[in-house]
Order: sequence, then C-alpha cells, then structure tokens
Amino acid sequence: MLSAAAGNVRTGAKGDRSRRSWRAHVVPLCFVAPAALLLGIWLIYPVLYTVVRSFFDRSGEHWIGVGNYVELFTSDFLVTAIKNNALWVAVVPAVVTAFGLILAVLTERISWGTAFRLVVFMPMAISLFTAGVIWRLVYEKEPDRGALNAVIAAGQETLRPAGKLAEAVPSTSAVREQPAGGLALAKSLSPGDVALLGLTQIPTSEVPKGGVDAVRPSSLSSGVTGVVWRDFRPGGGAPGRVERGELGLGTVAVELRDERGQMISETTTEIDGTFAFEQVPRGSYVVSIAAQNFERPFEGIAWLGASLITPAIMIAYTWVWTGFALVVIAAGLAVLPRELLEAARLDGASESQVLRHITVPLLAPVLTAVFVTMLINVLKVFDVVLAIAPGSVQDDANVIALAMWRTAFGGKNDFGLASAIAVLLLVLVLPSLFLNMRRFRRQA
Amino acid sequence: MTASGIPINNRPNLPRSPVAAALLRSVARTPLNVLLATVALLWLIPTLGLFLTSLLSPVEISQGGWWRVLSQPALLTVENYRDILANEAITSALITTLWVSVGGTAATLLLAAFTAYAFAWLEFPGRDWLFLCVVALLVVPVQMTLIPLFSLYNDVGLFDTVLGLILFHTAFGLPFSIFLLRNFFLGIPKDLFEAGRIDGGSTLQLFWRIALPLGRPALASLAIFEFLWNWNDFLIALTFGRDTQVVTVAIFSQLRQYGSNIELIAPASFLSLALPLVVFFAFQRSFASGLLAGSID
Repeated sequence: MLSAAAGNVRTGAKGDRSRRSWRAHVVPLCFVAPAALLLGIWLIYPVLYTVVRSFFDRSGEHWIGVGNYVELFTSDFLVTAIKNNALWVAVVPAVVTAFGLILAVLTERISWGTAFRLVVFMPMAISLFTAGVIWRLVYEKEPDRGALNAVIAAGQETLRPAGKLAEAVPSTSAVREQPAGGLALAKSLSPGDVALLGLTQIPTSEVPKGGVDAVRPSSLSSGVTGVVWRDFRPGGGAPGRVERGELGLGTVAVELRDERGQMISETTTEIDGTFAFEQVPRGSYVVSIAAQNFERPFEGIAWLGASLITPAIMIAYTWVWTGFALVVIAAGLAVLPRELLEAARLDGASESQVLRHITVPLLAPVLTAVFVTMLINVLKVFDVVLAIAPGSVQDDANVIALAMWRTAFGGKNDFGLASAIAVLLLVLVLPSLFLNMRRFRRQA
Repeated sequence: MTASGIPINNRPNLPRSPVAAALLRSVARTPLNVLLATVALLWLIPTLGLFLTSLLSPVEISQGGWWRVLSQPALLTVENYRDILANEAITSALITTLWVSVGGTAATLLLAAFTAYAFAWLEFPGRDWLFLCVVALLVVPVQMTLIPLFSLYNDVGLFDTVLGLILFHTAFGLPFSIFLLRNFFLGIPKDLFEAGRIDGGSTLQLFWRIALPLGRPALASLAIFEFLWNWNDFLIALTFGRDTQVVTVAIFSQLRQYGSNIELIAPASFLSLALPLVVFFAFQRSFASGLLAGSID
C-alpha cells in the first residue's frame, strides 16, 4: 500500500540544498541520533559483546575457544533444552497455523464470527506469564482443584465408578490378593464349604450406614456359601472369626471360579454380608471378591509431572497464539477473490476440495508468514515455561531461552556458557532476518 | 459467504424465498454453530477459572474447585481483592508496572516517530544502510543482550531502577516502531510536504504539523502495542530488577511457594490481566490493524 509513494524527491530544489548543506546534514542527524544512540548501547554493543564473551570461561578472563559450545552440545542440562525446543519447533507452529486456518474458514460461515474471533484472540492481550499462571491452575493434580482432571474424573466416574472397598485389605492371611485384582480365599473349596472373607482397614466414612451384624452362614450340601464382613469391631476382636458387633458388607460382588480360573458363577452379598452359590457340581473352586470392588477413585493425571510437562505447556502456548493465527489468516481470507471459490463450488467441488486446492494455495503467503512468526516465537519461548513448570521439573521442561537465563542468573552464574546459549538462539532465528530483508526490499 | 447475485445452490428443490433459504441454511449450520460455541467456551474457561478462583475465600479454595460457585454463588467474595489492595508488595508492583509501561511507550513513540520520519522523507548519507540495520535488529533475541546490559546496569547504577526498565523497553521497542512508522509516513502524499515547504515550513514543522497528525492511526495502534508489550513483560523486569518489581515478577516470587497462597496469586494475576483486556476490548480495531501491519504487509 505504501511503495508507490516512495519517490526519490524528498527535500527542496537542488540549489536550495547546496546553500543549506550543513543544515541538510545536521537536521536529519538530530532526528536519528537519539534512537541510534539507544539502539547502539542497548542492542548493537550487547550483541557484539555476547558473541565475544561466549569464547571466554566463566570468569571472563581466559579464552577457551569453542569450549562453551562443546559443553552446549554435551551437557545433559542443555541437550534436554535443545531437544525440547526441537519438539516445540516441530509441533507448535504447524498446529497453531492449522488451527488458525480451520477456525478462520469456519468462522466465515457463522453470523457471530467477529465475536468468536474476539474470544479466541483475547489471550493474546494478556501476558504469557499470566497465561502460564492460568494454565497452572487448570493443570492442578487433585481432581477437586484442577479443572482438567475434574473433567477427566467425571468421565471416569461414569465409565468405571470407584469401588466401595478401595482401601480394604484382608484381615488374615487366609485371604490373598490375586494377580488379576480382587481378593480370594487361598484355600480352594468344595460344595458344602463356607467361605469367610474378612476385610479390615475400611475407613469409617466408607462403612455402610444402617448396616447389620455379619452372620456366619450355614453350609449347603450342594453349594458354596460364605460371608464378606468387616472383620473389626471397636475394641478389637479375633481376626478370621465372625463376631458380634462386626458389620456385614452388603452389595459386594463375589465370584466363583474353577481351578483353571474359569468363571462359574457370580453373585452379590446380602445386607448381612452373606452369599450363596447354589447347585455347584463336585470339584474344587476358588471364591473371590471381584476386582471392581477395589477400583480406586481417579487420582488425577500429573500434568505438571516430568513426563507430561512439555505437552502441557505447549497446549497453553497454543491457546495463547491460535488467536493471532486466526486473525491474520481471516484477514487474508477476506481479500481472496470470492468468484474463484464460488465458481469451484458451482462446478461441484466439495468444501474440502475448495479448501485444499484453492484456499490454501491462494493463502500460501499469509500461512507462511504466520508459520515463520510462530517459528521464531517458539524458539524464544520462556515466560510460559517458567510460569507453568514447578521448580522440580524445570530441568525436564527446559528450553534454550530458559536454559540461557538459568545459566546466567538462576544460580549457575556462568556468563560464558550462557553467552554461548544466547548465540545459539541468535543463529537459530537468523534465517528470519533474511525473510525480513526480502520483505523490506519488496516494499522499498 | 455467498456473494449476492450468485445462487446459493442450484438444486431445484430448495425454497426460493430468501427468508426460508436463510432459515434452512442456519439449520444446516447448527452443528457448526455448536462446534464453534464449544471451542469458544474452551477458550474462555481457563481465564474464567482464574477469575472465579480469585473470588473464593482462602478456606473455600482449599476445599475444592472454582466450578462450585456455579451452583453456589453465595461462595463469592471480594475478600482476596481487599487483601491484596492492602498488600504493599502488590500495589507498589502495579504502580511500577504502570510507570514502566507508560514511560516506555511514550519514549518509544517519540523517538521512533522522529527517526521514522527521517528515514522516510529526509536525505542523508547512509540512510538506507541505517534502515537496513534497524530491520536487522528486529530479530535480535533479548537473551543476546542480557549479560552485557546486566554488567552495564550494575556499573552505572541503572540496575533495579524504573528508569533502567524504561530505557530497556524503549530500545527494544524502537526497531519495530521505526519500521512500522516509516512505512506509514511513506504513504503520506509527497505534495503535502512540498506545499508545506513552499509555505516556509522548517523540517521540524513539517514533521510536527503534517507527519504526526496524519500518522495518528499508526501511532495509536503502535501505542497500544507498546503499552501491552511493556505491561506484559516478565523477562526484562525479572533480570534487571530486584526490589523494583513489576506485577508479573511479584506474582512469580509468590509462585515459588505455590499452593499455600493461591488466594494472593489469583487476584493479583487477574488484576495484571484486567488492564490489558480493557485496553484490548476498547481498541480492538487498532489492535488488529497494527498486528496485521506488523506481520504481513
């Protein structure tokens, strides 16, 4: 929009200029000097200094050549940072650009597209640091504090509800844990036997209210009977024996299996804890309390733990930057020649074909600009990592910019190595300089 | 969407009346509306979570998630906000942040406008090389400057001062601002300056009377950008301040002992993002146009 106006004539007539030549030089100098001074001291001098400093040791007194660069690519601390940053580069720019494109295309078809774009763009206005704090809340581990785990816990509860005996353990060694989960009587039984399945360590809060005392069932000649009970009463009691004051555990699922582990029958206990398998043929059997009774409640995924921390931070970062991609791509979309898209639709092209063969190629310059911008942003990612990753997992979440800061100011105080890390960062973003230059030349 | 004059669909069994067609279209788009509404909700919930957490008393925060207030609105309280507004560390951090942001923005705009005008309309040796230099500086990562400036700041007494932060933000705001303003100034018709010169205007007058007033839209979006950039800074203030804390750094020092003091972190974070949000919603048009000018041109 601007290049046409960039003519060559900028000052007055020629004779005019030679008469006032000193002014013609001094005035522009006065316009430029303050900014040039600031840029010189705050940008140019530091860049040169850092490059030189990267060849000196920690104290800054001894030239060590490429020593810092060797350490850069060999120490675990920094290799992790470089690997993580590579992951960021591989994933985030592509995801953000794709999200931006999809949402831009979709918002064109709804009446509240502007409002939608505003909502998605909103995180761009707030600081990356605060965005990190916001997501740290989302990622809290306990399902009753972190929103994400709360959603997962709700889903889990409908699919696999927690068992009411989650905390229970056998009261005697006659009952043992099974490899497949659940507790079984160690001794195998035959018809006519009575199974005593005593449990303890059931928290008071989990004990059924209005329960009745457990009853030792009588034996059944052609079946197996038994009782599941809380083998504990205030004041003690003898383990393994059904006594007065010990509660029966009702609605517990019980299984009868043959010796090969094949399920023969299953039932649930009565309110006094008793159960019975009738009409059981001769043979020996194993009686067990089914595994689902011991299903533990969902304890929350450790989003902020060592293994998930980088993906978790990437999600937060994508949440921030998608709005940028959306707004820029939507602006590009708005100036596309509509006739072309409509013509393709009239010729029977499907929406996905229009997107793939017309919209994307036409938008290529815009998509590239978004992608490259994101590439540079991702190389420099810092605030959001420091805000989300708790101190204990910062080594696992490390990225180049954070490694540089921690090496220089985070306790290590090694300015030589930190300078080398900064130079690496500069080298990585340098290709974008040439893109900028090309853009500049196109405009000038 | 469909351009006028082009049929919406060439299948014959569709109703011809525009109202019916619009209705049909909106019904066909219900799944899309639901999908996008879900996405919008996903985008809002994290921030909403922070806001509602900040409105829970410390006791309630320890007892469960913020979503409980959706069914029990009585839990909401402004207690935390009253507490942090009485907390000197936070209020002074907010004031420092404001000073740094306003000072940095004003200085950047002023210096950049002068320089950009010279690059656009004044003739001097090495002009294009200098401008190329400025463009090159656009990509310099802040990390490249931290170590030398840390030493320099300590030597000249700028460390841990508001002025030190303002100067840093000014210098780092300059390349982008000069780039943007130069392009904008170049778009002003040359005739205006020539007419002004014939009328006897000096270079300074031409700048002040023609370039600046005409450049107001660009200056406005730049001001918003710089202000938000400065307000939202974390890295620079973290490195060059110790007792001079901006709000993000003040929150960060609380975050190190996380878990126990969320009743302080949540409202402070919300205060720190409230101003950018107000600025953003008030000036979203300039914001978006500035963004576009900066990224694609």
